[in-house]
Amino acid sequence: MRIPTPRNAARTRLSFLSFLCLLYFPFFANAATPPPDAPPVILIQNATILTVSHGTIEHGSILIKDGKIAEVGQSVKAPAGAQVIDAAGQFVIPGIIDCHSHIAAESINEGSVSVSSMVTMEEVLDPDDMDIYRDLAGGVTSANILHGSANSIGGQTLVIKLRWGQPASKLPFEGAMPGIKFALGENPKRSNFSIPGQPKRYPATRMGVEETIRGAFSEARDYKKTWDDYNKRVAAGEKNLIPPRRDLRLEPLVEVLEGKRYVHSHCYREDEILMLLRVAKEFAFKVRTFQHILEGYKVADELAAAGVGASTFSDWWAYKVEAYDAIPYNAALMTRRGVIVSINSDDSEEATHLNQEAAKSMKYGGLSRDEALKLVTLNPAIQLGIDKRVGTIDVGKDADLTIYNHDPLSAYAVVQKTLIDGRIYFDRERDITGRADLEKEKKALTEKLKKAAEKKPEEKKPEEKKPPEKKPEDKPKPPAPTPTSTAARAGAPLGGAL
Amino acid sequence: MHRKQIRGCAFALCLGVLLVLFGGPPALHAQGGEPRYFAIRGAKVVPVSGPALENATVVISRGIISAVGKDAAVPPEAWVIDGKGLIVYPGLVDAFTDVGIPAASPPLGGEGGARRPQQQAQGPQDRPGSSPWRGAADEVSLSDRRVETWRNGGFTTVICAPKGGFFPGQAAVLNLAGERPGDFVVKSPVGIPLSFQTPGGFGSGFPDSLLGVLAYIHQVWLDTDWSIKAQAIYEKNPRGVARPRYDRTEAALAEALEDHALVLVPANNSVQLRRALELVERWRVKGAIYGGQMGYEVASEIAAKKIPVLVDLKWPEAEKDADPEYKPSLRTLRFRDRAPSSPAALVKAGVKFAFYSGGITTPKDVLKAAKKSIDAGLAPDAALRAFTLSPAEIFGVADRLGSIENGKIANLVVTDGDLFEEKTKIKMVFVDGRKFEVREPEKPKEPPKGDITGKWKLSYTTPEGPEESTADLTMDKDGTVSGTLTSKRGTADIISGYLSADKFSFTINIVLDQGATDVTFSGTFDGTALKGSISVLGMSLDFTGVKPGNVSSGLASLGGAQ
Repeated sequence: MRIPTPRNAARTRLSFLSFLCLLYFPFFANAATPPPDAPPVILIQNATILTVSHGTIEHGSILIKDGKIAEVGQSVKAPAGAQVIDAAGQFVIPGIIDCHSHIAAESINEGSVSVSSMVTMEEVLDPDDMDIYRDLAGGVTSANILHGSANSIGGQTLVIKLRWGQPASKLPFEGAMPGIKFALGENPKRSNFSIPGQPKRYPATRMGVEETIRGAFSEARDYKKTWDDYNKRVAAGEKNLIPPRRDLRLEPLVEVLEGKRYVHSHCYREDEILMLLRVAKEFAFKVRTFQHILEGYKVADELAAAGVGASTFSDWWAYKVEAYDAIPYNAALMTRRGVIVSINSDDSEEATHLNQEAAKSMKYGGLSRDEALKLVTLNPAIQLGIDKRVGTIDVGKDADLTIYNHDPLSAYAVVQKTLIDGRIYFDRERDITGRADLEKEKKALTEKLKKAAEKKPEEKKPEEKKPPEKKPEDKPKPPAPTPTSTAARAGAPLGGAL
Repeated sequence: MHRKQIRGCAFALCLGVLLVLFGGPPALHAQGGEPRYFAIRGAKVVPVSGPALENATVVISRGIISAVGKDAAVPPEAWVIDGKGLIVYPGLVDAFTDVGIPAASPPLGGEGGARRPQQQAQGPQDRPGSSPWRGAADEVSLSDRRVETWRNGGFTTVICAPKGGFFPGQAAVLNLAGERPGDFVVKSPVGIPLSFQTPGGFGSGFPDSLLGVLAYIHQVWLDTDWSIKAQAIYEKNPRGVARPRYDRTEAALAEALEDHALVLVPANNSVQLRRALELVERWRVKGAIYGGQMGYEVASEIAAKKIPVLVDLKWPEAEKDADPEYKPSLRTLRFRDRAPSSPAALVKAGVKFAFYSGGITTPKDVLKAAKKSIDAGLAPDAALRAFTLSPAEIFGVADRLGSIENGKIANLVVTDGDLFEEKTKIKMVFVDGRKFEVREPEKPKEPPKGDITGKWKLSYTTPEGPEESTADLTMDKDGTVSGTLTSKRGTADIISGYLSADKFSFTINIVLDQGATDVTFSGTFDGTALKGSISVLGMSLDFTGVKPGNVSSGLASLGGAQ
């Protein structure tokens, strides 16, 4: 992530692309719409199936039963009552997995402290965030929702499925290992921004970042010992012991020490990457992925040896000093050295064309088609520990699938349907045909509300002329107008119309 | 509403001096020496706890309802009020407000001993935005002018909560009348309001995000729980054991929870509502939700958890100063359209709910907002219940108020028509059996002669010496006068004023130590100047008023003549 509030980031470089994308997908505003009913049996037929695990099947079919892939091959028969999706001339790939996302959250950064491990993204999930739908329309089915990079140790993270229309409690990827965000370099040391009149927050150097992480894990180790001792004494039958206090900041770090929580660390430079590997070794925990890791190609062997995943960008660079040594060959070079590599978005718009981002590694570094596709399917699944469930098209896996009209590694590919758990969550045709109705409803509501508002002034009494009372501070806010503001920012005519 | 109160203004000072001269403060409570027995006879009585009674009598004895019914005996000492054509309702309850605590009353860090707002809290241990020991019962003050406004609008009771921070303090049930602050308190504490609002952005210290606020509140509940357990273990066997540290936040919350105070969780849209349901469950507290405007989407889920909802009557609407080209999302439009239908949806799902005023500044508008819910499908009975018995039940005081029943506190509102009809007038209000006539602003009897619109310089001599103040008056065509009066110590709104023929009168209401009182300026307008007297509490001073503009134009014309 480039700056700590990615959703506010000005993205001029991509504005033209986002403009195009928004032309395509901004509809379906209604989170209250029940999810598309999942017929128990679906057959996708006549498709070119890019399984990722076992090559390409031409004119193939996928049978989906109860949300799982039941059969894959050229001679799958439709059982009676199956809903048939004819995908003649179309391509099916495993649903795209975005290993670094900040969509679907009301709040991203708790930036006040250098160790904010007490906060958790799961509590601020926003199922109404229009970006979920936009990313679905780009073929994404699962995403790693990360806290921002404002702190050396950031908040707790989780993997979600993009089940648009479902409440927040239905978004988490069941059984996926929870994570925690770390951040190294310029962001946690606050190199690129400061608030006039505010004292600088510690740390202000890379040395300080290291010390902050070591300090936090020393505390976590002590905390764990305190509890272990207490539990031992209780087990030994001691009575009337005052228990230790629970500390929500240290508990997730103990989980990291116990291997029950993945570390996803934002980083750029080779030195800080090696630093965290040393600290992890000292405290005997594993780093699961390095995120961004633009200089990963310099330390690919060390990464491979440590068994750490790398989740990077295809070709972003130079947006700050620590991003100057980036090369578009990064993903390919690390792959060749045996690192599990994924390409992530860190951005709701970028996430709508991760297939193209993956394809760039064929041009820069010569990855094969399957290797390229793995960067956004199987590899992020491995990195997030969900590869038993998703990431390839294999029997027994979740029916999380993306259907394109063209080869997904082509710039001409447009997503036609996105399925999660065997349910169609995005359907391009349904989207397009539904737009007129939504537009109509919107117009009618606008008129109705305008009329109601105009009636008011006549009823006004002199006493109402008094200046309005200050709103109580704790008055709950109306729902976050995320969809509109995002669309308005991008200047998309259709998005703006919503 | 929030004009600087003119507490200690010129008049108050002058009055203070006069009071010394005339010997002792007069009783300032509502109607001095008023009777304590009343009987409203022949009225329609809507008890809420049961069916409406036509042509019935309600008897009030020393603050308590002592008889209700068609044949209720009227005690000989009672002041009998002819209720013909009137409707008697239970006094209305505003289920979540800070009416009763004046805006300028002890802020965080004030006399209450609370800490100043935290400078850059470094974590939960610094207890940012937390003053759960503050109690509305302790901070209620007669100087809050809204008390009278609310009471005149039919509200006899409020669930009053301090504001500010994540744990602002403890809510209390207050009746809106009394000679001393303590008279107001019906029950305390009844609620522990929470707020998830951060003071703002980077640099404000922990927490600076919704993420951080939630984590902070979790930690505080855990700490409170720990504190209760640790203290109990320590008390059993203090020898040889390090004592648990005292923490004011933990102690105050532990005590409030022991008193069965409801934890009030903010939640307005469906995401927030669902989150609030989970939070209440996670915290294992008795909870209620405040906000509730998107209840229409999640009513059945709320019902399943049996959590009551306080519905904010300040319905969402387009901002007045919104960019004309700004296009709200369809979801926002739907919300604005459907929010008033939430109460009906809650009733249908079986959720207990009450109304609160939210940011609405006049009680008339509060009722108007409730009418919108009735228009959107809420039964009028249910709307009335949400202002009376339901809030009483939610906050555990239904045994003493919320309906017109024998033995309950005599909180009543008497109207000349259906409460939710726009043209209905509130005739009188009883709070704890004290009768309050509702004042209508005075209307001119004759058409005005001339126009007193403009800025006037008023001069008068107090026992301290000459003083001046400025009246900024606006006169309507019919002679009704509104505006403000500014002295060197503050500004007050004119609550009633007129010019009838050449007689003018305008009144401000100021706060003295004993409570709010009227100051009336009246006299004759000769076309260019005001001449008359200022009367306050039966005493008066002469004053004159000129328009500075007129004086200078007079001089200019003199100059022209030379």
